[in-house]
Amino acid sequence: MDWINLLLLPVLRSVALIVVLLTGFAYLTWYERKLLARFQVRIGPNRAGPYGLLQPIADAVKAVFKEEIVPNMADKAVYMLAPALALIPALIIWAVIPVAKGVPAIADVNIGFLWILAIAGIESYGIILAGWSSNNNYSLLGALRSSAQMISYELPLGVFLVSILMLAGGFSLVSLVETPRAWWEWIWLWLMFPLFFICILAETNRSPFDLPETENELVAGFQTEYGGIKFALFFMAEYINMITTSAIMATLFFGGYRLPFGLLGDVIWLGPFVLAAKVIILLFLFIWVRASVGRPRYDQLMQFNWKFLLPVALGYMIITTLLTVFLK
Amino acid sequence: MPGLDALPFPLPTVQQVIFILIAGMTVTGALITALAPNLFHNALGLVLAFFGVAGVYVLLEAEFLAVSQVLIYVGAIATLITFAIMLTRGMMFGRTSSTNRLMLSTAIISALFFLVLTGLLVNVAWPEIGAELAGSEQMIADLGEMFVTTYLVPFELMALLLLAALAGAILLARD
Repeated sequence: MDWINLLLLPVLRSVALIVVLLTGFAYLTWYERKLLARFQVRIGPNRAGPYGLLQPIADAVKAVFKEEIVPNMADKAVYMLAPALALIPALIIWAVIPVAKGVPAIADVNIGFLWILAIAGIESYGIILAGWSSNNNYSLLGALRSSAQMISYELPLGVFLVSILMLAGGFSLVSLVETPRAWWEWIWLWLMFPLFFICILAETNRSPFDLPETENELVAGFQTEYGGIKFALFFMAEYINMITTSAIMATLFFGGYRLPFGLLGDVIWLGPFVLAAKVIILLFLFIWVRASVGRPRYDQLMQFNWKFLLPVALGYMIITTLLTVFLK
Repeated sequence: MPGLDALPFPLPTVQQVIFILIAGMTVTGALITALAPNLFHNALGLVLAFFGVAGVYVLLEAEFLAVSQVLIYVGAIATLITFAIMLTRGMMFGRTSSTNRLMLSTAIISALFFLVLTGLLVNVAWPEIGAELAGSEQMIADLGEMFVTTYLVPFELMALLLLAALAGAILLARD
């Protein structure tokens, strides 16, 4: 029985989750291309299937059948490992996100918050390894930029997470969603949301913070030397990261799988759909920002983080401490 | 399952199998760290070993410690090490070496350290707790409370040390 409970069931749940996330990734590319097209008054993919709905499948087949090219001077083992290492953190972060009333994706560990922080910390490895092992100056520069950016933006992100943690009063994400919040807590949280979202944009290397892969100066940065399915894995990592961080934001700021005002709170199977709807809305935000905001210079990116975001985050944390002590 | 009880040896539990896997991973990581000729591979081996240690913590039901291990050692320290290697060494085209002149003295110091640790492990009567542990949520709360009551002085000293390290790093960077 031990074996079944400890290994088989989690494995089955993980497989189901991965299938859902990979499908989500495929259609996120379609969603993004369609939306970007609409933002630019174009039509977007419309050849493969109705409304271009078969486009992701066509793309996947193309990526799989491309020739496998490994640069001669690359460090082979690390070069092959890097795309996998980029993808894994994006997937395993899901383990602690609650998907329905009392049901976490994999496990309700009481260190949910720390888990998110820890996995966010190891996310940069895939990119660092890719940039280093490709043996290409552009790749290396991209990787350096990326790791510097991720390390820097992790700081305010962590401080914001600590503030949310203090308001919640516990490490478990499942109980975070279940515990009712006072009205001032919601307002105080939502005040911080835009800043948190900026940190997330930087962490996921999304536009306008996509300096690690700038096409015009670094020829796609750390992924220059990758092609075919290995490139697709990096692509997948970035997009699944978008989905994952959206789910995290939905859970932390917008009540996760719950409908507003406790509507239909007893219908457990509704949870995943509500969460998915919130994720789709947040993904729209990602793409909206990409379509409207230009890329900053690298020094601007760093200055914004260290001279604005971090002090604000620290101030926010101090005020949150006072609020928690005096009002809760 | 009736047939399984008749086996001449007890079937390993899940925990044992997982422990062996994790231990193997940790030792492999440590060996890579010590023996691989390429400096960057050494750093990656270190990351593997850190992960293994975190796995052992999870098996011991010390999840908080495990995640802290990943957060601090893998997420921060090892990232900084790889970062430093990338910035300071001519690592393109494999011009890195993982050894230097201090090899012999380091080996002696490490051996002595190993002896002390093994001595401790064998000779100290470690307390054994037979009872179930309290919920780890409570454990984390207790941990936090002890930091500001029983262990206040060591805690503050550690904070001071970190502050000094920070100031030192800034001073070095300005030169």
